[in-house]
Amino acid sequence: MDNLATFLSVLAQGLPETVGATVGGIALTIVLSFAAGLALLSPSRPVRVISRIYVEGLRGTSEVVQLFWIFFALPVLVGFEIVPIWGGILVLGLNHGAYGAEIVRGAIQSVPRAQYEGALALSLSPAQRMFRVILPQAVVEMIPPFNNLFIQLLKSTSILSFVFISEITRQATQILVPRFNPQVLQIFLLLLLFYLVLSLVITAVMRFLERKAAARLGRGPSERARRAAVTGAV
Amino acid sequence: MSQQIWDWNYAFAILPLLLEGLGLTLVATVLGSIVAMVLGLVLAVLQRGPRPLAVVVRGFVELVRSTPLLVQIFFLYFVLPQFGIVLSALTVGVIALGVHYACYTSEVYRAGIDAVPRGQWEAATALSLPRSRVWTGVVLPQAVPRVVPALGNYVISMFKEVPLLTAIGLLDVVGRAQEAGDTYFRYVEPYTIAGLLFLLLSYPASLLVRRLERRVGTI
Repeated sequence: MDNLATFLSVLAQGLPETVGATVGGIALTIVLSFAAGLALLSPSRPVRVISRIYVEGLRGTSEVVQLFWIFFALPVLVGFEIVPIWGGILVLGLNHGAYGAEIVRGAIQSVPRAQYEGALALSLSPAQRMFRVILPQAVVEMIPPFNNLFIQLLKSTSILSFVFISEITRQATQILVPRFNPQVLQIFLLLLLFYLVLSLVITAVMRFLERKAAARLGRGPSERARRAAVTGAV
Repeated sequence: MSQQIWDWNYAFAILPLLLEGLGLTLVATVLGSIVAMVLGLVLAVLQRGPRPLAVVVRGFVELVRSTPLLVQIFFLYFVLPQFGIVLSALTVGVIALGVHYACYTSEVYRAGIDAVPRGQWEAATALSLPRSRVWTGVVLPQAVPRVVPALGNYVISMFKEVPLLTAIGLLDVVGRAQEAGDTYFRYVEPYTIAGLLFLLLSYPASLLVRRLERRVGTI
């Protein structure tokens, strides 16, 4: 255990990449989830079809393949290379955004129809209906499944080690394992602990947001949302 | 350097190798799924067992679910040999996939078991059935069929995560694509075909699962 300080500091050097990719990936995921999720419910057929192709295309192919495609095939097609960390964020966001789109769609559809009719009766504009009535209620339902999705995204950052991004998994396997081979058990337990703590941070933030979003509607977290958070459905 | 973007001759030349890799991907998926289905059920039942055991199992499931599969693959690959256990990449892969997904399927089974009405447990107790018969004769036959679609979704997810095993040298479809790309310095074709192969199998499979969901209903 005398090398513990070394292990900690080498792994910690990978933290900026892991955390950066996670935060960037989450930001892109949120944007794409809402864009594609709303597009899935659009009255216009072409818009629905395009977002459906995006969602099914990215959910149907492997994330590792998407990563390699963006890193090795795309530069040939477009003629320039992407800065690794941005490429990583792009893949994480595109992939998880496709899953998030279904979360957004499902949550919007779960808002009782009477709410929509009420907004219509008050002659609110379509934008007002969506942003003032439907979405504030839908967002509360979205938070627990998004919590799970973001933890999936955090875990997915480990695949960035394939494309030479020095995040914590790569720090462990490329720097620590070759040098301290007899102590691989400690190295990996420590690495797992890093991910565990990061995922607890995500959960803590999401619980906080859920309480805030629910309080805005003047209610506690819904039964359904609580159950989803406990069973952890993907 | 003016080379064409897509070379059909090259694409057809590497296709047999990619399909061979796909075969290995499917083998890993099937074997991993078997481990996940059986072990997941065991983990779910154990979580209803005596308290200390249930807590330990719960902790294990949470730890595995909140850490990356890739790290768990490396863990088995590097740590097992320290204890004198040397396994092939495929075996390590099947164990890692199986155990990782067992922790997810155990949650699915658990939801299925929780959905069995209390009255069923009470009736089984009233009939003084032995504990094992309560599980195998009453609870599980009602719990398992309802969770089949959810289990199917995890099989599809697992299929898409097999490429992580290239990290430990398994020549699955992505491993083969990588090999072809590194040999001929052409990456567009192998990775595009690999992606299409995944889509070709997983999209119909997910449609099938959705149909099943409509038939048996979700929990």
